Amino acid sequence: MASTTLPVELPELTTDELSRYSRHLILPEVGEEGQRKLKAARVLCVGTGGLGSPLALYLAAAGIGTLGLVDFDVVDASNLQRQIIHSTADIGRKKLDSAEEKLKALNPSLKVVKYDTLLSSANALDVLKDFDVIADGTDNFPTRYLVNDACVLLSKPNAYGSIFRFEGQASVFGAKDGPCYRCLYPEPPPPGLVPSCAEGGVLGILPGLVGVIQATETIKLILGIGEPLIGRLLLVDALNMRFRQLKLRKNPECPVCGDHPTVTKLIDYQQFCGIEPESEKRSLVKNGIPQVSPKDLKKRIDAGEDLFILDVREPFEYQIANIGGVLIPQNDIAQRIGELDRNREIVVHCKAGGRSQKIAEYLKQYGFPKVENLAGGILAWSDEVDPKIPKY
Amino acid sequence: MTIFIPTPLRAFAAGKDAVEVSAGTIASALDELTAAHPDLRKHLFTSEGKVRAFVNIYLNDEDVRYLPAKEATAVSSGDTLSIIPSIAGGC
Repeated sequence: MASTTLPVELPELTTDELSRYSRHLILPEVGEEGQRKLKAARVLCVGTGGLGSPLALYLAAAGIGTLGLVDFDVVDASNLQRQIIHSTADIGRKKLDSAEEKLKALNPSLKVVKYDTLLSSANALDVLKDFDVIADGTDNFPTRYLVNDACVLLSKPNAYGSIFRFEGQASVFGAKDGPCYRCLYPEPPPPGLVPSCAEGGVLGILPGLVGVIQATETIKLILGIGEPLIGRLLLVDALNMRFRQLKLRKNPECPVCGDHPTVTKLIDYQQFCGIEPESEKRSLVKNGIPQVSPKDLKKRIDAGEDLFILDVREPFEYQIANIGGVLIPQNDIAQRIGELDRNREIVVHCKAGGRSQKIAEYLKQYGFPKVENLAGGILAWSDEVDPKIPKY
Repeated sequence: MTIFIPTPLRAFAAGKDAVEVSAGTIASALDELTAAHPDLRKHLFTSEGKVRAFVNIYLNDEDVRYLPAKEATAVSSGDTLSIIPSIAGGC
């Protein structure tokens, strides 16, 4: 049975705690000893958003002694569809502060340690080292690989959960003799292939389902009970309400956790995931496509320049907000390329600048000589040119 | 045999969440799938024809990489193939 390494001397429970946790104490699988293990435990929640919300709340409710929270983000209205630890009154506030307040309201004995930082190769080992279990609730590939590698290097189990639209995955990586994330996925997908929640959308309840699975696994690891998801990948399909599990094997050739590891230090995970550094992103030309800022585009339109604004988003997005561009959704471009005039200056835009960049590159390869990309998309247009354009 | 298509790849499979194929091995089942939906090919395979490292193929609940015959493993009509790409959302 898998478990974590906890101090030999477990802290005593107070009278209030005996009362608060009575429903745990009467479970043979938990009992007073189990509850004392929970009190001694230190869990790090990386991210206090979709997954982090239910995860942290249930861990606090269960009586975990110390919760570390890592998040540098600020609460936004669009978070409230699913990040249930935050409330409307918290909009604009740091997620860490909002989360701490709710967690301590639920459980005043909880010790909260806040890390107002972006987890990186420079700080991850330091941040993770004082915790017993790491629960990964982040939202991007570089951090997933960073947390995985740090957990393996530090021998800490990683209660993993991830979501996309209606589907989720959960497992426990980094356990002794168990597989790690890289055993399952040695390489990340190319940037842009798998949209983030902001670009692809997510059913609000989904991180609730998966986050509580992560909390469950965390508690099981601390108590040393049940069968944790070590060596199993749980797949959640919320739309069809099907749960499946697949076998996960430890890869003996895994570069991080295998028999002959080649990754013995944290690496540059942005580079590993093929993401260009920030300075290149802000440059005027990206992969041969000139980038135009919303302010510059507005100036040129107002000056009467004959520009063809091509909007490559989906029809439902156009209905929410548009700047009068011609809508050809990205997946239809190939079939409808005949509608585009090679002789015109084409400015491609989408929501945030990612899809439009890909389409601009495609058009250029196809022989269109004058194609530009609206950097930052309609979101940046709303920020910089016309705040009446709704952001979504 | 059913091949389950994961959400991130459904756009390249005409929106389907499952595709029926009649091939006899894993490799030929995937070929039949990408023949019917050519856009899937570059998302599933490298230019050398190997399955991309951020995608896992499972025959029922076993990772194909660990089957003795790997992609040459024979399949029957009651089997399922699942394509499991990595997803990272959590926010």
